Amino acid sequence: MNTESQETTPTHAIDIEALGRASAGVDLESAETCLEVKDLSLYYGEKQALYDINLKIPKQKVTAFIGPSGCGKSTLLRCMNRMNDLVDGTEIKGKLLLDDDDIYHKSVDVAELRRRVGMVFQKPNPFPKSIFENVAYGLRLQGINDRRTLDDVVERSLKRAALWDEVRDRLHDNALGLSGGQQQRLVIARAVAIEPEVLLLDEPASALDPISTLKIEELIYELKDKYTIVIVTHNMQQAARVSDCTAFLYMGKLIEFGDTNQLFTNPREKQTEDYITGRYG
Amino acid sequence: MMKDWFKSGSPWIWLTASAVSVSLILVFGLILMIADRGLSHFWPKGLVELEYVERSGDTVTVAGEFHDTEVVSAERLKDAGFDVSDGEAFYERSLLKIGNRDVGGQDFKWILNKNIKQQNSPEKMLAAERREWGNFFGYLLAVKQEGQNIAEGEQAESALEERLARALELHDQIRDIEKNDIGAINHGMERLRLEQRALELNEENSPENLRVIDQERAEYQQQYDGLQQQLIDLYKKINRDSVVVKTAAGQQIEIPLAKIVRVYYPNAMSWFAKVFFYIEKIWEFVSDDPREANTEGGVFPAIFGTVMMVLIMSVMVTPFGVVAAVYLREYAKQGVLTRTIRIAVNNLAGVPSIVYGVFGLGFFVYFLGGNIDQLFFPEAAPSPTFGTPGILWSSLTLAILTVPVVIVATEEGLSRIPKAIREGSLALGATKAETLWRTVLPMASPAIMTGLILAIARAAGEVAPLMLVGVVKLAPSLPLDTNAPFLHLDRKFMHLGFHIYDVGFQSPNVEAARPLVYATALLLVVVIVVLNLTAIAIRNHLREKYRSLEH
Repeated sequence: MNTESQETTPTHAIDIEALGRASAGVDLESAETCLEVKDLSLYYGEKQALYDINLKIPKQKVTAFIGPSGCGKSTLLRCMNRMNDLVDGTEIKGKLLLDDDDIYHKSVDVAELRRRVGMVFQKPNPFPKSIFENVAYGLRLQGINDRRTLDDVVERSLKRAALWDEVRDRLHDNALGLSGGQQQRLVIARAVAIEPEVLLLDEPASALDPISTLKIEELIYELKDKYTIVIVTHNMQQAARVSDCTAFLYMGKLIEFGDTNQLFTNPREKQTEDYITGRYG
Repeated sequence: MMKDWFKSGSPWIWLTASAVSVSLILVFGLILMIADRGLSHFWPKGLVELEYVERSGDTVTVAGEFHDTEVVSAERLKDAGFDVSDGEAFYERSLLKIGNRDVGGQDFKWILNKNIKQQNSPEKMLAAERREWGNFFGYLLAVKQEGQNIAEGEQAESALEERLARALELHDQIRDIEKNDIGAINHGMERLRLEQRALELNEENSPENLRVIDQERAEYQQQYDGLQQQLIDLYKKINRDSVVVKTAAGQQIEIPLAKIVRVYYPNAMSWFAKVFFYIEKIWEFVSDDPREANTEGGVFPAIFGTVMMVLIMSVMVTPFGVVAAVYLREYAKQGVLTRTIRIAVNNLAGVPSIVYGVFGLGFFVYFLGGNIDQLFFPEAAPSPTFGTPGILWSSLTLAILTVPVVIVATEEGLSRIPKAIREGSLALGATKAETLWRTVLPMASPAIMTGLILAIARAAGEVAPLMLVGVVKLAPSLPLDTNAPFLHLDRKFMHLGFHIYDVGFQSPNVEAARPLVYATALLLVVVIVVLNLTAIAIRNHLREKYRSLEH
């Protein structure tokens, strides 16, 4: 740790206080760990995309991954529910523990894992079905077809995703008729309907307008008392606003990981400071 | 100036636009020609009576309808023995349909126009469509009942109308009994015969078992005897009346009313009567069974066979093609082997269809059908059940002929489903199979329909392979009827395409049948268009349902 940078106040691009966010500091040492990344390296064929990542994601907190484009933050996120399995030629070394079980172990049922680790993508991707069927999709996969149960879960999930009031009268209309922001909240409702333990958000607001973005951010804030949330964002204000702890990645390496307040106001690493003050990225 | 025009690209626009126009003109011209020739056949033509000088110099009276006119050179006529001493180089001659095949032996006669001494259109002249011997043209003399004249002259017309209606009614009854009731009994008897044979083969032909069958057979026999008696009565009734007519040349003949389909007086018909007649004829054409070696009557069994064959083919080709495409696109490792398979599949679409016909005959009919017969229908041997051409084998043959189209279209559709949607489904804990089944395939359904549309367009017009694997000139019964098990996939069937070939080239009276060829061709085009439009409507509905995912 660099003692000098603690004393001199860096010229921040972001004034953390002005964001109006009062997140208590997180003590990463004592916090309960949900996901633990151990010496994780990832190769796309010949090319190495992640280098020896070590990270402990605390339970029921919001963790943000920031970094310039192509730094591997999405790749790391997609490791957490094995979405990278879909890409041909991906090879992974190291371990990723969810509640102390390695999710890359041979015996792991990938579908089951993805039920525990939900994911929301950059672009809203609702299925071309009704709003109701979109939310009920995950339940139907589990063989739950009882109408009353489905009704209950759909309502609860939509309420949790702060979408219920907007769509309650048109649950059976096509989901593609919703606006982009509504679609993204629908996708979140769809993900929370199956009660995952972890929710991975891959730049969930990057395709949305500012008002929809604000709604999504509020939603993330609401959701963290039930779920462990990992969010990838290229928007530093957003990371500062919504997250409890932040990881900064650069060129496939984890540069710094720590409490958000501390990382933004008082980064330990020079590279982090350069990035958050806008010197590159 | 010219250079600028070339640079502007206008010549290309003109070139491409004219290519489109020429294609459109050709297509519409073809359809218009078929429609004109085919549809005009049903319009009642006026009858003429001619005083005509034959080449021998004799003057004869002939009557009929004009069908065609052409110009011939004097040389040809001279060779044929005509007197062409007035020195013209070319003469007009007309094709006259004289009918009365039972009298003159010929339906048509070429008339040299200059040899017509007199021509008139008598109001009284009658045309009668008969169940055999083609049309009759002539004059009504009298109506007879059991050999006794009961009406002559003016009264004969109304008496004929009345009695013909009765005869047609009786004819319908007879046909109903023969086709449906007796058909059902025959079907039942055949079933009993097979049951008995099966018992014998399995050595279970104990007296008790046989007694049950005999009992049933006796019931059928009793029913049959009853129907037979009814038929005898009906035949007696229908043969009561006859009509005496006279040809233009003056020869008298007697026609039983049982042999007449309709009687009309074309020269006395008003315009409305002709329109009514026209509609009636067209309806007969699409809804009735063929008569007289397919050259008269309707083509309903052929329409039915064509549509049904296409539907069965669709039911078989869709799942097969989709499953193959899913494997190729979603599961198979993409590499040299899959690429080779893909090329092979594409090339399959280019194999001449008769090759598929030969394959279908050898593999489906003889091998598969023969084995099915041995395994499941030993009691019917030696007569084959599935080991003979039939609608099932025809549909299957066309299914393998069209499966490449469905595979290619489906693959195309699968590759267009955005990755985001698949990931969305997988992220909710769906397996790949569940994702395919619940999300990807429904979204690819418009593309699958496109493949099916192309398959239908190809299959409905195909004739050559069908001649080997199931199409016949005249099928005694439809593949779908009221006798269990209702759908008879082993039956042979009629097909519009084959009907065109048969009527146009295999019929005893090509000249008379030619307009029917056009009409049938038009009908085939209409059937294909309707099948395609239905498929397109379904596809558009699906497209609307799974419309644009770009947001």
